[in-house]
Amino acid sequence: MDNLFNRKYTVQGLFLIVCLILVGKLFYMQIVSDKYFLLSNSNVLRKIYTFPARGVIFDRKGRVLVQNEPVYDLMVIPNQVKEFDTLDLCNTIGIDTAGFRKRFHKAVVQSRYQPSTFEKQLSVQTYAALQEKLSNFPGFLVQGRTVRHYPDSVAGQFFGYVKEVSPKDIEDSEGYYRPGDYIGKSGVEKQYNDILRGERGVKNMLYDARNVPQGSYQEGKFDTLARSGEKVVSSLDMEIQKLGEQLMQNKVGSIVAIEPATGEVLAFVSSPGYDPNRMVGRQQGNNYMDIFGQANRPFLVRPISGYYSPGSSFKPLDALIGLQEGVITPDMTFNCPGGYWAGNHFVRCEHVDGTISLRRGLARSCNTYACYVFQKLMTQTRFKNQKLAYDEWESKVRKFGIGQKLDIDMPYERKGILFTSDEYTKRFGKYWRYTTVISLAIGQGEMSATPLQMANIMAIIANKGYYIKPHLIKSIGDKKIIKKDYVQKNYVDIDAAHFEPVIDGMQDAVNSPWGTANASRIPNVLMCGKTGTVQNPHGKNHSVFIGFAPRDNPKIAIAVVVENAGYGGAYAAPIASYLTEKYLTGNISGGRMAQVEWMKKQSVLPEVPKPKIKLAPKTTDSVAKEAAPTAADPKKNTAANHLKSGETTK
Amino acid sequence: MSNTQSNRFFFNVDWITVLIYMALCTIGFVNIYASIYNPEKSDLFNFGSNYGKQLIYIILGLILGLSILLLDAKFFSVFSPIVYGLTLLLLLAVLVIGRKVAGNQAWIAIGSFRLQPSELAKFGTALLLSRYVATFNPKFKDFKSIMFAGLIVGLPLLFIMLQPDTGSALVFLSFMFPLYREGLSGYFLVIFLGLIVLFIAHFLLPLYITIPAIILVGCFFIYQNKRKQKMMFSITIATILAICYLFMVKLIYNKVLEPHQRTRIEIMLGLKTDPKGAGYNVNQSMIAIGSGQALGRGFLLGTQTKYGYVPAQSTDFIFSTIGEEWGFAGCTVVIGLYVFLLLRVINLAERQRSTFSRVYGYCVASIIFFHVFINIGMTIGIIPVIGIPLPFISYGGSSLWSFTVLLFIFLKLDSNRMGFI
Ligand SMILES: [Zn+2]
Repeated sequence: MDNLFNRKYTVQGLFLIVCLILVGKLFYMQIVSDKYFLLSNSNVLRKIYTFPARGVIFDRKGRVLVQNEPVYDLMVIPNQVKEFDTLDLCNTIGIDTAGFRKRFHKAVVQSRYQPSTFEKQLSVQTYAALQEKLSNFPGFLVQGRTVRHYPDSVAGQFFGYVKEVSPKDIEDSEGYYRPGDYIGKSGVEKQYNDILRGERGVKNMLYDARNVPQGSYQEGKFDTLARSGEKVVSSLDMEIQKLGEQLMQNKVGSIVAIEPATGEVLAFVSSPGYDPNRMVGRQQGNNYMDIFGQANRPFLVRPISGYYSPGSSFKPLDALIGLQEGVITPDMTFNCPGGYWAGNHFVRCEHVDGTISLRRGLARSCNTYACYVFQKLMTQTRFKNQKLAYDEWESKVRKFGIGQKLDIDMPYERKGILFTSDEYTKRFGKYWRYTTVISLAIGQGEMSATPLQMANIMAIIANKGYYIKPHLIKSIGDKKIIKKDYVQKNYVDIDAAHFEPVIDGMQDAVNSPWGTANASRIPNVLMCGKTGTVQNPHGKNHSVFIGFAPRDNPKIAIAVVVENAGYGGAYAAPIASYLTEKYLTGNISGGRMAQVEWMKKQSVLPEVPKPKIKLAPKTTDSVAKEAAPTAADPKKNTAANHLKSGETTK
Repeated sequence: MSNTQSNRFFFNVDWITVLIYMALCTIGFVNIYASIYNPEKSDLFNFGSNYGKQLIYIILGLILGLSILLLDAKFFSVFSPIVYGLTLLLLLAVLVIGRKVAGNQAWIAIGSFRLQPSELAKFGTALLLSRYVATFNPKFKDFKSIMFAGLIVGLPLLFIMLQPDTGSALVFLSFMFPLYREGLSGYFLVIFLGLIVLFIAHFLLPLYITIPAIILVGCFFIYQNKRKQKMMFSITIATILAICYLFMVKLIYNKVLEPHQRTRIEIMLGLKTDPKGAGYNVNQSMIAIGSGQALGRGFLLGTQTKYGYVPAQSTDFIFSTIGEEWGFAGCTVVIGLYVFLLLRVINLAERQRSTFSRVYGYCVASIIFFHVFINIGMTIGIIPVIGIPLPFISYGGSSLWSFTVLLFIFLKLDSNRMGFI
């Protein structure tokens, strides 16, 4: 048997080898690979998210502008779905069976064991109908969340809209966002997204093999509660915002109103706008495409990204800089023979006023006066050459915010246009002089400003020399935090005393019979302002008005631009006057109410034929009478046009 | 029995083996407790629960084992034909009156007690085979003795196949080892292993790869033995037989095996991935074991175990609990204990004077080995799902007692190794 005894080792060896194979495989599974560890966690661990409500936005008087409305997402856990009446579910949530299959397949691809969204944002009604039957649909569950609701449907572009995060947002957020989260995509929602969004809550739940929850993971050590976004108080006044939007119906343009003392934006109208409620809910995508395709680009935020030549509304700055530099005094007069010769071309006035001083020059919007002041500024002897004089002038103008971003708390602000002397040298060669750029004196040429910048200039004049950065959000959270930037005064380096004569002129522009905007005088309120008519290379001139009121201790500075609406006195000035009156007195005095209603109905969209505008003065007697003096303005526009074309040809 | 006799008797018992036995039973109890642990009802000595029952089974098993030690060693040899005949009868009876459990007609219910004759058949066969070898001392060089041994093993195997209980039937292949030890040609072992390898290859590779591969291997051996004509002839025959075998497997597989068995095999070989279907058990078991990592998630902390992800976890898949809660360390300890036990039993077998005891020892080691290999192999996905328990560890009285009896009969024989049986 001895020879067979050795077979013991063969048998034992075989046992050993086989057991080593087992250990080898175990070594691979338990030590080398972490695949099984991860699989086991995904088996039992489910993260249940609760979505926070975004912060509510109030207007300056505490009225709710943006609130939240509950919606319900239908979720599905594919591996829990058992046979059920598919058709019933489809009918309840309003989809067809093909749509059902598509959604279900998508969910299966995402995860078999984790809930994925089946249908988003069911309305309360659908949810109620579904809730009763939910037990018939094993594997389906409903997750509540909130979406935005705008009770007054105002200020669409101001708020911007909120949307589910895109894959790119998720990538950019470096892990903060998950599919299904919401993010502000424009306007205040974008600018203040981090404050408004709140914090998502998460519950780490353990599930057993039958998918019955078995309590929280590690006694909820890693769980968090959802935290709503911070409350935000906006600077808007809901009433004048609403009125502004109504007045701008069927018109293209902007309104910006600022409280001079604080820089708070009271009204922020961009027309055409859209109902912000359309950018919420299941139709968001379709509505977006619809609004996107409409005429005149409703998504364009004109108050901060629309460029307009300031035109005559720039003239107060001429006077202010002239006074500060000492080249003119309030009483200094020039002769207006109906125009100004700049070298070999003529800047025409719409009047022949003869001797004209600062106050009357502004009230009458005298181009000649403005050109003389500009000439004096450019030819000061203290500068070695006119280029240096221009540099000084440009820096002063820039202080008023033209060609500069004002850092408003809204995305996509543009800075406008103001040339440096170098840029002129590049354009005109070495030998340009003040006559070459004389159109700057009357706010034309290489100068563009946004409506926000125009309103801010009015705030500066109202404050007699400084402004606070305009902003849309007054305070944040329960503690009413105000950003430091928004209490700091930015001085424009013009002595307060120099503002008085300029304000006098602007007062006359509205309140004297010879003023260009006297049709827009507000009973019992002394509004100071300046009309402007801005040449538009693409069509009819734009109507511009800037102003502030009341004269003493001003409460509102305003800029109104109505595109293609002709002279400033026709549309922009009355609209500004209605808003100002409404804001200051709380209502609109007697006879003017009819004008407001008339104005709301006016359509000056680019397609609309001109005669409609000419009908304007006929609707009420008072308007007809008062409108007469302003009739001179349209011709002034053409003069400006001629000037412009004359310049470019020479 | 006098005092001195009794002292001598206890002195002779291999207590190391008993210790390993008790260690494995304890590990079994702890992990059964973990796999049916419920935080709301965590009474360690709840005898209504399965771990409570297992505790009773273990105690009764120990008593059973100790009483076997008190029997006369000659008893087993003498009564082996009767035990064998009795098990055959029971196997026949189970075919007639057996209860269906999980598709198999494996159980006979006697009151509340359920008897699984296939468990008894293992040591009945082991006893008779040992008796046969001890009595006739065949060297398995002639056809007659091989046939006779084959008959002893084959009869119960056939009946068990008819139940059908493939798992238990497979275990009967373990008698190959004692026969090999007693003289059966090594070729049988090689052929046996070759058949298994070919069987698996058949599923993994298409015929147009396997057949040329077999021919290539054949040619290689012919080239190696080109001087020996006789060898060349046998190799050619072997090659042809191997190819025939492949076709036969294909035929049996497609015509004879039931669909669920087919899917099980296919999933094990990675041909089908269907985590929720027949592969679900294995998949979850592998997740449990793999997630244990080096040191395990800790006692009662395995999430796969606690939350019932692994079906049949206290019985056939008990190893997944060990893997998850005790990690690689725990697995290695358990496998190490088995290896130690197997090698120990073989060593003990070799020190027997009586052929009966030696053959029986080999039978015990081989049966335990097959169970361990198939069971653990199944839980880690290298063997198809074959429902056989892990010796001493899996939940269940029937399985625990039959292994206890199997092992303790050998310990009794060993304690008596100086005497002649
Ligand atoms: Zn003039």
